[in-house]
Amino acid sequence: MNLLKALAALLIFPGLLYAVPMGWLMLGIERKLRAKLQRRIGPPLIQPFYDLVKLLAKWPLPRAAGERALLAFFPVLSIGAMIGAAGLLPVFRGESGFAGDIILLVGLLEIPPVCMVLAGYASRSIYGEVGANREAALDISCNIPFFTALIAMAASAQSLRTATIAIATPWPVRLAAVLAILICLPVKLRLNPFSIANAEQEVLAGPLVEADGRLLALWEICEALEWVVLIGFVVTIGIPSRTGQWWIDAILFVAASLVLVMLLTLLASGTARLKIRQATQLLWRSSFVLATVSLGSAFLFRGN
Amino acid sequence: MKDYGFLYRLVERARERSAFLFHFNAGACNGCDIELISCLTPRYDVEQYGIKLEGSPRHADVFVVSGPITRATRAPLEAVYKQLPDPKVVVAIGSCPATANVFCGSPMIEGPLHQIIPVDIYVPGCPPRPMAIVEGIAQAIHKLASTHSAPSGEQR
Repeated sequence: MNLLKALAALLIFPGLLYAVPMGWLMLGIERKLRAKLQRRIGPPLIQPFYDLVKLLAKWPLPRAAGERALLAFFPVLSIGAMIGAAGLLPVFRGESGFAGDIILLVGLLEIPPVCMVLAGYASRSIYGEVGANREAALDISCNIPFFTALIAMAASAQSLRTATIAIATPWPVRLAAVLAILICLPVKLRLNPFSIANAEQEVLAGPLVEADGRLLALWEICEALEWVVLIGFVVTIGIPSRTGQWWIDAILFVAASLVLVMLLTLLASGTARLKIRQATQLLWRSSFVLATVSLGSAFLFRGN
Repeated sequence: MKDYGFLYRLVERARERSAFLFHFNAGACNGCDIELISCLTPRYDVEQYGIKLEGSPRHADVFVVSGPITRATRAPLEAVYKQLPDPKVVVAIGSCPATANVFCGSPMIEGPLHQIIPVDIYVPGCPPRPMAIVEGIAQAIHKLASTHSAPSGEQR
């Protein structure tokens, strides 16, 4: 991977310049579509942008300098990690990445949940701590099937490059693995049946309870980027072929991402929040079983 | 109104199109609370104006108070009011925070609300109709949008 291409990926297409507006669009679509499904008119698509500008224009609360720096550090780190992860997504055919880039990608994807847990504890609010507890429990129980599925795909593709895994994984392994990852997706995005850590009324938005004005704005940018990157990751890993024409690949990537957003919204507006025990049980019984099946078939396929 | 430039206009527009509410029940009979919640339902749908009910006062712009501030709720009310970041507006929903209503003169009541925190908009009624609440919040947001001066001082 040459430097110029890597920089372009990081700053322009799946990276910064694409990811931030796309994240706002995705959040806007989610709110608008959810309103439509509930027979409401709903906010305009540009609503997340208005929210962000308004939050940035709020005056900061008086805080000790160290506390403010610490609380701002977590969302800034997550935003950086998400932009880096977006740059690693293999959208085009020519991209081969580098050996082991899936490990870096998965590591970067893990930074926002970890930061959110730490921010929850750093907020010194009981609601923040409860939210952080829930976030940690959910993150661990959705990561076991997530990693198992990724290990299955990597084992059957016999590679640790994301681009090779996306293209070379055989279908029986891919189907079960992608399904397992798809079940993990609403958990990682904290969407409705799994919106346990950031429940607005029971734990007052959980880890973000103390985030005021600009801090909340940073977390909202982070959330938008998480949507783009996690959905983009599932799309790049789920779609096995690249046409080679860069613009067709890009349009396919964007269209598949938006379809996934709509499916997630459908799920979120059709379900009520689960208890944490029910959610972890659901993950172990569905996602983990699928991931194990994919791992088993991966080792069967490696024999030939 | 004086024109300060593009960024100020953008901020004003964003504030008019996006307001997060925090609802505080200061001993209300639940009548006004039900009417406030019904503003969020598909029939009135305030989310189309960007209005959202938030769980944490740290996220909120509009402080919605219902009830005739009882002795037990006065200290939490003042604490929560200080937790809202500036600029903020206070909307008093119903007759209770405006006048202490039928509880006026009771030793258990610390209200009306304006004796404790500054109130921007009153929505009278016992309980007020949802459309009246929506209009009151809209007026409050309009007031909020043009607040560009420094914080009032209680947050230093």
